[in-house]
Amino acid sequence: METLSALLYLVASICFIMALRGLSSPETSRQGNIYGMVGMTIAILTTLASPIVQSYWLIVLGVAIGGAIGYVVAKKIEMTALPQLVAAFHSLVGLAAVFVALAAFYSPEAYGIGSAGAIAKGSLIEMALGAAVGAITFTGSIVAFAKLQGLVTGKPLVFPMQHPLNAALGVLSVLLIVWLVQSNATAAMWLIIIAALALGFLLILPIGGADMPVVISMLNSYSGWAACGIGFTLQNNLLIITGALVGSSGAILSYIMCKGMNRSIFNVILGGFGGEAAGAAAAGGGG
Amino acid sequence: HGNFFVTGLTVLVLACFVGYYVVWRVTPALHSPLMAVTNAVSSVIIVGALIAAGPAEFGFSKLLGFLAVILASVNIFGGFLVTQRMLSMFKKKGK
Repeated sequence: METLSALLYLVASICFIMALRGLSSPETSRQGNIYGMVGMTIAILTTLASPIVQSYWLIVLGVAIGGAIGYVVAKKIEMTALPQLVAAFHSLVGLAAVFVALAAFYSPEAYGIGSAGAIAKGSLIEMALGAAVGAITFTGSIVAFAKLQGLVTGKPLVFPMQHPLNAALGVLSVLLIVWLVQSNATAAMWLIIIAALALGFLLILPIGGADMPVVISMLNSYSGWAACGIGFTLQNNLLIITGALVGSSGAILSYIMCKGMNRSIFNVILGGFGGEAAGAAAAGGGG
Repeated sequence: HGNFFVTGLTVLVLACFVGYYVVWRVTPALHSPLMAVTNAVSSVIIVGALIAAGPAEFGFSKLLGFLAVILASVNIFGGFLVTQRMLSMFKKKGK
C-alpha cells in the first residue's frame, strides 16, 4: 500500500511537470492545464486512500465549501481583475501552509515525527521554515492584492529604517527558530509565525507600480518553498518535488520578467532603493 | 529521519533543475497563465491538510487541517479555472 501510494505520488509529480511544461508554449497550454488537474486529482485521491485518513465527512465538507467558493469567484471575476485574484489565491496557499505546519506541531504523532513536546529537532526546523515562509506568503500576498485592487496606493511605500527593520525581523526569526529547536516551546512556534507575518507585510509594502507582476511571481515562488518545507516534515516526496518545481519556476520567471524590464531583481524584491542594506535584508528574509 | 533528509534534499535539488529548464524559454505572452497554473499546482499543500484533517478523533490539529482543506480547495478549483479563462483569452487574441 505504501509503495503503491508512493508510485501514484510520482505519477502526480510528473503530471505537474507536464503542466508547467505545457504552459510554456501556446500550442500545448490547454493540455498543460488539464495535466495539472489530473495530477491534483491523483494526489488528493491517493492521500485519501492512505490509512492515516480515517474520517471523511469533515474533509468532504471542506472541499465542498472551498471548491464552491473557488469556482464561483473564478467564474464571476472580471478579466481585468485576474492579477489580484491570483495574488489573493497565493495568500490562501500561504495560510494553508501555516495551518498544516501548526497541525504537525500540535499532533506530531499523526505524522510520525515524535510526540508532543519531544518532536525531532530536524522536523522542528522544517516545520518552522514551512510556517515562516507560508506566513510571509500570506501577508505579502494580501498587500499585493490590496495594491492591485486599489485598496492602498499602488506606488511604492518607502519608509525610514525599512531595510534595518526587515533585517532585524529576519535575524529575530532565526533566533526564534533556534529557541524552538532547543526548547520545543509552543510560544516559540507562534512567535516565529507572528514575526514572519510582519516580515511579509513589510517586504511587499515598498514595492509597487510596474514591479507588481514580478512580486506576484515571487510570492508564487515563496508558496512553493513553503510546501517544500512541509514536505520535509511529512517526509512526502510529492510535496517536495511540487514545492521545488513551483519555487524554482516562480523564481526564474521573476528573473526573466525583471530582465525584460531592465530591472535588478534584488531591487524589486527588496523594495527599490537599497544597495548594501538591501543585501543584508535579503539574507535575513531567506532565513 | 536523517536518511530521509538526504533523499529529500536530492529530490529537491533535482526538481529545482526541472523547474528551471521547464520555464526558462517560456513565451512572454504566457507569463500570466503560467503564474496562474503554478499557483493552482502549489495547492498540492492540500496533501498535508488532508493528513491533518484525517484522524478519527477531533482536536485542534484536525480543526487546523479542516481550515487548510478549505483554503487549498478554493485555490485548486479557482486556480485551474482562472488559468483556463486566461488561456481562452489568449486564444482569441491570437486569431
